Amino acid sequence: MANNDSGYIKKVLPSKIGKIGLILFIIGAVTGLYGYIFDPSRAVFSYLTSFWFLLSIAVGSLLLVAIEYAASATWSTPFRRMSEFLASSIPLLIILVIPLLLSIQYLFVWSHTDVVANDHMLQAKSVFLNTPFFSVRVIVILLIWSLFYYLIIRNSRQQDNSGDQALTKNNIKLSIIFIPLFAISLTLQSIDWIMSLETKWFSTMFGVYLFAGATCSALAALAFISVLLKEKGYFHPKITKDHFYSLGTLMFVFICFWGYIAFSQYMLIWYGNLPEETFWFMQRWEGGWKFVSLFIIFGHFIVPFATLLSHPSKTNLKKLKFISIWILAMHFIDLYWLIMPSMHGNGLHYSFSWMDISFLAASVGIIIFMFNKMFERYNLIPVKDPKLQRGLDFHL
Amino acid sequence: MARSNNLHSVAAIFDTPNKIIKAAEKVRDEGYNKFDVNTPYPLHGMDKAMGLSSSKVGFVTLFCGLFGGSFILLFMWWTLAKNYQLFIGGKPFFALPAFIPITFEITVLIGAVSTFIALIAVFFKLPFNNHPLHDTDYMKTVSVDKYGIYITTEDPKFDKEKIISLFKSLGAVSTDLIYLPKQEKFSMFNLKFVLFLIFVAAGTSGSTYLLLNKLMYITPFDWMEFQEKYTPQETSLFFGDRRSMRTPVDGTVAKGFIPYPYKGIANPTEVLSNPTIPTEDLLKMGKKKYLTFCSPCHGNFAEGDSRLNGQFPNGPTLHSDKIIKYSDGMLYHIITNGQNAMPAYDLQITRHERWAIVDYIRVLQRAKNAKNSDLVEIKKESTTNGQ
Ligand code: HEC
Repeated sequence: MANNDSGYIKKVLPSKIGKIGLILFIIGAVTGLYGYIFDPSRAVFSYLTSFWFLLSIAVGSLLLVAIEYAASATWSTPFRRMSEFLASSIPLLIILVIPLLLSIQYLFVWSHTDVVANDHMLQAKSVFLNTPFFSVRVIVILLIWSLFYYLIIRNSRQQDNSGDQALTKNNIKLSIIFIPLFAISLTLQSIDWIMSLETKWFSTMFGVYLFAGATCSALAALAFISVLLKEKGYFHPKITKDHFYSLGTLMFVFICFWGYIAFSQYMLIWYGNLPEETFWFMQRWEGGWKFVSLFIIFGHFIVPFATLLSHPSKTNLKKLKFISIWILAMHFIDLYWLIMPSMHGNGLHYSFSWMDISFLAASVGIIIFMFNKMFERYNLIPVKDPKLQRGLDFHL
Repeated sequence: MARSNNLHSVAAIFDTPNKIIKAAEKVRDEGYNKFDVNTPYPLHGMDKAMGLSSSKVGFVTLFCGLFGGSFILLFMWWTLAKNYQLFIGGKPFFALPAFIPITFEITVLIGAVSTFIALIAVFFKLPFNNHPLHDTDYMKTVSVDKYGIYITTEDPKFDKEKIISLFKSLGAVSTDLIYLPKQEKFSMFNLKFVLFLIFVAAGTSGSTYLLLNKLMYITPFDWMEFQEKYTPQETSLFFGDRRSMRTPVDGTVAKGFIPYPYKGIANPTEVLSNPTIPTEDLLKMGKKKYLTFCSPCHGNFAEGDSRLNGQFPNGPTLHSDKIIKYSDGMLYHIITNGQNAMPAYDLQITRHERWAIVDYIRVLQRAKNAKNSDLVEIKKESTTNGQ
């Protein structure tokens, strides 16, 4: 059922967009490299935060694509390409992770053999937390993600030319395999990279917490870009407020989910009141971190919740644009709040560093650059997807 | 249901979703505003076709939800932090994190239930509990596989013939006139209704009884209710005297109890000697116990000025020569054993406390018979202290 007359006209973004992305990336990367040479132990923490920011948007977007296929959702079909574009930095993660793997000793206490030799608990944990196994785990998971990215996105793009419906069926199968794999692998990644910074701390909700954050940020990135493209007239003219209403609702749902998970994690630890768990929250209640913690409660939950609660606000493009950029910022602050206070494990004392900004700029640069590149090459809308017409005709 | 001759609405049935959406658009454009559409499942785009503004029922949910949430929070604060403070797991009395799940759930519950009730109230126009469309062929069709629309007589533009021809021109499968149900007179003392009430009352009390007294104790859940033990005052089938509460064996002495050797002897020839040394603490304790146990009958200063206003024989003064001459052991004996109308206090007051009272009585007697030399001594003390 070829669908050439979907009404979509391919356009190209102004060339300055790609340049902005590239310049952001170069400035960030150069200053970051400079920082890494002079203060590697501080730089890796900034790098890790921004790496996770990029990772959560990219993998979260791939998850959105997979969910769309698995659930056979129609309203989101016109939006799917944007998520695919946003996920395009997944293969890059394999390169970007190398500097982190090379500086494991700056990040993790468990990588110091002398400390582990004197600590019974670290010895017990060393079966899992040791440099070779860690590196293998990380690389394998990134490879799996890249593989699924490659397979799903290849099918989706092929369909633009062939219009073959079997490709959709293939992708449904792939997505159904990918979703549980994603749940396990993201949990492992979050335990490895973030939870093990505080080697003796544990929380069984941690993986879910990062999953919620990643999905929120992927949705926010999608909402921001789609609203922007809609306003500037690049998006399909048949996209109406009803589509944005659905997107806003999904974002609202994941904000609630994030709040629910964040609170559950806190309440269990607060109620159990065990010193081996509570200290993690105590660290985040010391000094200025107290205000960051409070700010996250308000900024990551209450503000978006209140903003997106009413029906009209979900269709108000200006509000949607504002809140999605807000959620993205909050997700970065959330990651910052998860990672930075654990720095003391390596004898460092936290203080703000300009490197935090440079690495963030680099990762934002990568997202913009990759999006622009994909936009040039591929259609913004899956023009021959069998669900597209129903998606475009979607009404509440 | 019996129907009257009063028309409620004109209805039409269509067989595809597209037709019903077109029909709704047309009816809206013709300027009708008292009409509604019934479909077996929600149709996308129907709100717009009917020209509906967004529903206001969300406000009911918002306000009732907020009310429920703040009410339960206040309730938990009052019960757990204010009225009856309970220590739970070393947490503060007002333990907000522990209250949040409950607040959340009550918010959702009250919000949802009130939305439901509000919808029923608006839709059925409470106190009516039945919509005129209920139990009509029209409703039976549109809740299965057809799509229906109706315009009520409340519409200012209502005109039966015009509407029927409008529906026909839109491609309706059939049109239908719906009449209001007959107003049934309702009486409280209608036999059916009374029987119904009796039936409901018997049914609820019977099932409650069964549930609480029978079902809850079926095995294996009865092991806490029925234990192999006697409850107080129960008859024993085992002992000859049928008492399940046994008296102790003769000569049993309670733990920590030292028997008094002169118990029951009115005028003992010999008594115990006072084992205490009157320290300040001991006298204070004696004073306290004296004021509690002895002063009602013997007066605050043991002068025999009873406070009982003749309801009990006045206790005599304890400043008589007889008592002053009595040995400490004799006073102890009177407290322990009682004397004539004076009850025994060995069960209320411990041994140590009884001796303390005896010492305190001695203090009262000495204070009553203070000598001039005492004054001098105090003066001396105060002058030395003053320098
Ligand atoms: C219920 C009122 C009552 C209380 C309370 C009471 N007494 Fe008495 N007490 C009496 C009466 C009445 C008598 C006179 C008994 C008699 O006729 O020999 C008496 C007699 C006495 C006597 C002997 C006096 C005498 O002249 O023979 C002493 C000593 C005495 N009480 C001490 C105490 C002490 C010490 C207490 C506190 C532990 C006490 N009583 C509490 C009513 C009381």
